[in-house]
Amino acid sequence: MNSTIILNLMLWPSLIGFIINGIFGSRMSKNLVGLIACAGPLTSFVATVIAFFSFRDTSTIVDLYTWFQFTKNIYVGFTFNIDNLSMLMMFIVSGVGTLIHIYSIGYMHEDKGFWRFMAYLNLFLFSMIILVLANNLPLLFAGWEGVGLCSFLLIGFWFSNDEYNAAAKKAFVMNRIGDLGFILAVFLIAKTYDTLDFKLLTQKFLESGLNTPVNIWITILLFVGVTGKSAQLPLFTWLPDAMAGPTPVSALIHAATMVTAGVYLVARMFAIFDMTPFTQQIIVYIGLATAFIAATIALKQNDIKKVLAYSTVSQLGYMVVALGCGAYITAIFHVMTHAFFKALLFLSAGSVIHGLGGEQNIANMGGLKSKMKWTHLVFLIGTLAIVGFPPLAGFFSKDEILAVAFSKNIPVFIGLGLCSVFTAWYMFRLYFSTFQGEYRGDHHKWDHAHESPMIMLFPLFVLAILSIIGGFFGMPEVISEHHAIDSFLKPSIFSKNVFHVSHTFDYMLWTLTVLVLALVMYLTYKRYTAKSKSAYDAQSEGIGKVLSNKYWLDEIYELIIIKPLRILSDWFNRVFERVGIDDVIQSPGFVLQRAAKGLGILQSGSISYYILSMIIGFIIFFLMFIKK
Amino acid sequence: MYKPDIIQYISLNHYLILGAALFAIGLIGVMVRKNIIIVFMCIELMLNAVNLILAATSTFYSDSGGQVMVFFTMAVAAAEVSVGLAIIVMMYKNIHSLNIDLFNRLKG
Repeated sequence: MNSTIILNLMLWPSLIGFIINGIFGSRMSKNLVGLIACAGPLTSFVATVIAFFSFRDTSTIVDLYTWFQFTKNIYVGFTFNIDNLSMLMMFIVSGVGTLIHIYSIGYMHEDKGFWRFMAYLNLFLFSMIILVLANNLPLLFAGWEGVGLCSFLLIGFWFSNDEYNAAAKKAFVMNRIGDLGFILAVFLIAKTYDTLDFKLLTQKFLESGLNTPVNIWITILLFVGVTGKSAQLPLFTWLPDAMAGPTPVSALIHAATMVTAGVYLVARMFAIFDMTPFTQQIIVYIGLATAFIAATIALKQNDIKKVLAYSTVSQLGYMVVALGCGAYITAIFHVMTHAFFKALLFLSAGSVIHGLGGEQNIANMGGLKSKMKWTHLVFLIGTLAIVGFPPLAGFFSKDEILAVAFSKNIPVFIGLGLCSVFTAWYMFRLYFSTFQGEYRGDHHKWDHAHESPMIMLFPLFVLAILSIIGGFFGMPEVISEHHAIDSFLKPSIFSKNVFHVSHTFDYMLWTLTVLVLALVMYLTYKRYTAKSKSAYDAQSEGIGKVLSNKYWLDEIYELIIIKPLRILSDWFNRVFERVGIDDVIQSPGFVLQRAAKGLGILQSGSISYYILSMIIGFIIFFLMFIKK
Repeated sequence: MYKPDIIQYISLNHYLILGAALFAIGLIGVMVRKNIIIVFMCIELMLNAVNLILAATSTFYSDSGGQVMVFFTMAVAAAEVSVGLAIIVMMYKNIHSLNIDLFNRLKG
């Protein structure tokens, strides 16, 4: 089929859904709204499948129309690129997106703003599709900003709650800081390389020298953008707060798709990162620090969604480490498996929250497996997938990242290994405290606890299956010669980095993984299935206190950034605003006011006086006239 | 042969002086009188002073345009009188006075 038609089918349906639901949603029945909302991503998914069979292993450029053109070479059009990388991302975005739309119909059905929610989700999906398919940096940036906007709208979806609004603003501002880096990088690229088209850029990057200062600046600025969007240190604190939004939003935007945009960006621009080992070093350590800090914070969180949020940050850290090592395909592979199991975990957590009538504190849960058989099953699958239990999805992708780290940098490998242990600990803690043991909460809620309806369970089943089989696309060479993801993405990401680890290492890693997982499972089982809530209390001393308080990161930011900023703005307000602006601006008004008061005396109210002045005026006028 | 009109037995200057005098009387009346009806009458006086001058000059210069103009002025004056008197009646109903100085609420 014609590539333009397919592209249009991939791109526009969600926008149409947004427009219809956004304008007429409040007057349509909920079923119709849900149907229209789901039709958009589903159409995109089907179009992606068609594209997969028609344009595999090619890079099909579709130029819809010109957006703007600066110089002869800097042409920015609505130009889209259907290649293997964007197709894989499209599969993730539209596939997981469709499932989450379906889930949302069940989850949000009782909400007044149901139509608004579905419209926002559609708009988000449209922006994400632009981001993924864009063939030049400004268009990618447009999608990048679009998803940021939708993230803001959806975090603050329940806008009558001030705390949620604050979370939405925090996410928006944090992302703005990153976006500033991104856009500066775009300017620098345009100035240095005189093009913004990805294909040309890749060539020019590969021809440029190693570690040139301008390349280092570009990569660092781009990475600032990545730290904002993909929640890396030091800008990750917005993501845990973003859990204020409804759970499907957390699953779709803040776990499966939007936050991986940064990873996607680096993979798209792999050529320039390959040319700057200096930046790659920074990226590795930032990723490692993020993975470590987030994983340790997750150990002490009691909110079911917060644990998953920190887990997401930590997993993003893994991907960033892989990017820093130059293993772009591995990072994208982890993006894919992570999208499956993290969406699954979030959605099943949503199912638990839904079933318990809004309860999110795991200290008040327990024993739910008898009430929610299916949710329990899929949550278990998600947990095993994320901790890397063979042969589920997370096992293969995480194993690959660890292998990459091992072949590049042993200390980083050890750090990531430690993070994996933490991951196992907090995930099993979450699982056991929610579904096993005895119920610890309010008995009223227990009596009402129920399994979610089929419309919510169906996406969970699909995601559970994907979480089980997702890893088979990227099996290590010990098992199979053919690494499906690797050979699929090679045409798009033709980085020459090779990572080789011995088979012995692989076997040792797997044995170790299974042993550690078994040990962690045993320990967490003992500790978190107990009837008492003491295991969940915030600790008042030692390392536990640091973790419960999230390393006081928010407080530190408050102290070193927000406070000085506030003092500075106060000073500007007092001095510059009052004296410099207010007085200058108000002086013409003041003069006019005074003058008006003086001239007002002429308006005495006496008619004879008016007539006299009129006659004098006439006489003067006629005299002038006659003189002529 | 040219036959002078009856009006032309008196020279044009006299008409003009009379018109100007009437106009001045009317103008001064408008300015100094307080009773709104007197003021109104003075306005009529000014109109008629102009009418007189128009009629006289039109005759002296044998141009009927001025006399046509007079008819227009009279028609407009009639309309103005009806509206003006109605306004005066309403004013009186509102504040029970015809003193023009009391209608000064719009002053600055």
